[in-house]
Amino acid sequence: MEDMIFYDRLQFAFTITFHYIFPQLTMGLSLIIVYFKWKYLRSQVEKYNDAAKFFMKIFAVNFTIGVVTGIPMEFQFGTNWANFSELTGGIIGQTLAMEGMFSFFLESSFLVLFIFGEKLMGQKLHFLTGFLVFLGSWASGWFILATNAWMQHPVGYEVLDNGKYILNNFSAIFANPWLIPAFLHNQMASLVTSSFVVASIGAFYILRQKNIEYGKLFLKTGVIFGLVSSLLVAFPTGDWNAKNVAKHQPPSFAAMEGIFQTEEAGAEIVLIGQPNMVEKKIDNKIAVPNILSFLTYQKWDKQIPGMDQFKKEDLPDNIPALYYAYHIMVGLGTIFIALMALSLFFLWKKKLYNITFLLWTIMFMVPFPYIANLTGWYVAELGRQPYLVYGLLRTSEGISPTVSSGNTLFTLLGFVGLYMLLGLLFLVLVGKTIHQGPKPQTH
Amino acid sequence: MEVFWFIIIAIVLAVFFILDGYDFGTGIIHLFFAKTEKDKEVIAKSAGLFWDSNEVWLVAGGGMLFMAFPTFYASVFSGFYLPLIIVLWLIVFRAVGLEFRSQFHYQMWKDIWDKAFGISSLLLALFFGIALGNIVRGVNLGGLENGVYAYEKYFFFLPLWDRSFSPLSAHPGVIDWFTIIIGLISVVTLAIHGANWVILKTNSSINEKLKGVIFNLNIALLVLTILSLGVWQMINPDSLNNFIDKPYLIVFPILYFTGLTGLFFIKRFKKEINGFIFSTLLVLGGITSSLASMFPVLLPSVNNSEDALTIYNTSAHEYGLSVAMGWGIVGFILLFVYMIIQKRMMGGKIDGMNYGHP
Ligand code: HDD
Ligand code: HEM
Ligand code: HEM
Repeated sequence: MEDMIFYDRLQFAFTITFHYIFPQLTMGLSLIIVYFKWKYLRSQVEKYNDAAKFFMKIFAVNFTIGVVTGIPMEFQFGTNWANFSELTGGIIGQTLAMEGMFSFFLESSFLVLFIFGEKLMGQKLHFLTGFLVFLGSWASGWFILATNAWMQHPVGYEVLDNGKYILNNFSAIFANPWLIPAFLHNQMASLVTSSFVVASIGAFYILRQKNIEYGKLFLKTGVIFGLVSSLLVAFPTGDWNAKNVAKHQPPSFAAMEGIFQTEEAGAEIVLIGQPNMVEKKIDNKIAVPNILSFLTYQKWDKQIPGMDQFKKEDLPDNIPALYYAYHIMVGLGTIFIALMALSLFFLWKKKLYNITFLLWTIMFMVPFPYIANLTGWYVAELGRQPYLVYGLLRTSEGISPTVSSGNTLFTLLGFVGLYMLLGLLFLVLVGKTIHQGPKPQTH
Repeated sequence: MEVFWFIIIAIVLAVFFILDGYDFGTGIIHLFFAKTEKDKEVIAKSAGLFWDSNEVWLVAGGGMLFMAFPTFYASVFSGFYLPLIIVLWLIVFRAVGLEFRSQFHYQMWKDIWDKAFGISSLLLALFFGIALGNIVRGVNLGGLENGVYAYEKYFFFLPLWDRSFSPLSAHPGVIDWFTIIIGLISVVTLAIHGANWVILKTNSSINEKLKGVIFNLNIALLVLTILSLGVWQMINPDSLNNFIDKPYLIVFPILYFTGLTGLFFIKRFKKEINGFIFSTLLVLGGITSSLASMFPVLLPSVNNSEDALTIYNTSAHEYGLSVAMGWGIVGFILLFVYMIIQKRMMGGKIDGMNYGHP
């Protein structure tokens, strides 16, 4: 039983982590492509259209892998989490089915037209198809976050005497107080990733002294989008999410902030330090007193319950991972703001294109927004433990009763192998596109 | 309300098999008949442009099944764990083959992805047929053994095969000689369907030859169909009762046989679309007849003590089903709008289409 749960969780964690590498770029990049296309319509300067088409090629490869890794996600609810599916299908099945109906169809139908139809339909319609692709991908994010928000904070349901869950208020699923903050935060975070990708390709071209015109355009666009989205990720959306966790999942809040002991006169904020699970304290701690109480409740001396206030079985089961994931996300978020603000400052001073050190930094920053996004999800998902549906269904009660751990291990290994291949292909193909550059095709 | 959702999901799945079915078929044709590079390229492209929007029907169907019949979804997906995951892997391979073959221009690269596309299409057609065979045949619900249940009554787990390979065994596996026959029917049907699609959408040099291929495959299909009906009657003597009780259900088999008959005249058709219409009838008739023969059962039980899973004992609650009907209708209207736009923009032969150029 124990190892059945373990492998099911591991497989879900692996496949979703890999899947989410791709949609975060899909969602943010589609917005940036629409922006380039819009600039082109307004100015009729060819370079904006080339930029849109160039990123479209990267988008297409990314999208394909997002789709093929997304399909297994949907089916895994049934294959590995049968008890969970049986209980909650009537509720979150709604949002998942709506996602297929309202976003995937939109996205996939118009993507083909956007890629192949430019000459067929003229620029205005082409812009419109691009916009619909963007709309589809954000709608997809909306529905999947509605699903996740229900698992974090279930609403609009009723438990019958025979233990079945039923939906009794459809609109409550979308009025869930968890949903809007999570959606906005997540979308801004995906825009951070995409801005960094755009800026980094720009920096690469400038440093290589190749496609310099485009390099400058990409860098500038990336930096401006990057600063705006990094700021919005931290405030107000990140802050808003943190307040939600403090309110609705207090044990997770204590764990992710690393508060072992409750302090009477207001909680300190831990900046750095390693959680020591044996002595129940943070080693090598650097902390600022009372700040956490202020940030969360705008009162310096508000008491925040620490982990000592909760029973062991209500605390998340992997506290150090939760703590580190949270601190990595927030730490990176701070670095992003600083880097982008600095870059914008030099851009404004017209010096950025010559500061090699900064260009190199921007170029190599690319993996970090991905890490921040993934660790952000680890905070959400590890923080939800030990529940699968918070307060309602424990993770151990959700698995498929008939699928043995050996079977799951077999399929997990298969997914690992297959996804490694996909990852490799992705890098090769995107590398090729970047190498070829956005030169207008000569026909 | 259960009946409404059953019909909707049946339509979605039928459309999936009609649309993605031609992709699978195109892959099979590609694997066996495409010889020159030019043919290979256009044939792959005739599937490559559309696979994503076609596959969304599967994703949407899965989502709706989850929403409307959660118990069925949970039972079947965990019960057919291994074949289902293998299908997912094949779907990945096929898509990657289609999307990435034209990314580099050396022959070896293209050959690898062509084979990935062809072989995974073939296996997918086979597996989907086998899956249908399993659903029609039924499983040992609750894992009953000598009167003792191994699981809760609507759960089960099927091994890939049982050593006897017999559908009559007490614990049939996923693959047995009955499900293999259905799998072959699926392969042949989709190959015919795919060949018609190639003829319709491309100017490839093998189009004329494919008509002969369709004719021959059609003969094979007729034989297999008769065989399967006989075998099915033997496994389950009640298999045709639904058609006797509700004679109007006969329209579905009629669709199938119209398609089958029509295709014998493939060489005489003036318009290319005719062949495609008849093979569409074939696919549509095949799926709907199987479902109609079982209705309202979704999954029969092969042990005598456990009731089958039906649309009534696996469905979600009334309220959820009726709100979903509201948004479902809106969604369907939008969907048909997209389909029409897409088909109008991308109508005709696709040979000349290029990235960013008409
Ligand atoms: C570029 C990525 C990125 C960055 C820089 C940040 N976040 Fe974040 N964060 C995410 C990307 C992300 C995410 C991947 O988008 C998550 C996962 C779940 C969600 O809705 O968004 C998330 C979740 C998430 C949660 C957990 C919500 C839950 O448990 O469900 C909190 C409390 C915060 N964030 C707070 C912050 C704060 C205070 C930040 C300050 C800088 C911050 N995040 C930066
Ligand atoms: C938004 C839609 C999402 C839904 C509906 C969802 C749902 C689930 C489910 C059902 C599980 C298995 C049960 C459990 O262990 O609690 C799970 C676990 C997990 N998910 Fe998510 N997930 C979503 C997004 C993500 C993303 C984007 C990531 C990471 C990038 C992620 C990371 C994880 C991890 C690491 C686990 C394992 C946690 C553990 O078992 O300790 N999830 N999620
Ligand atoms: C943070 C959470 C997630 C977000 C924001 C997200 C978003 C997206 C987006 C935008 C796409 C379009 C393709 C692409 O982006 O490359 C996609 C594909 C897909 N996702 Fe996710 N996803 C998430 C997690 C999940 C989970 C947990 C599931 C499982 C139910 C899932 C199922 C799918 C499916 C089935 C597809 C393929 C759709 C198609 O055929 O077009 N996703 N996802």
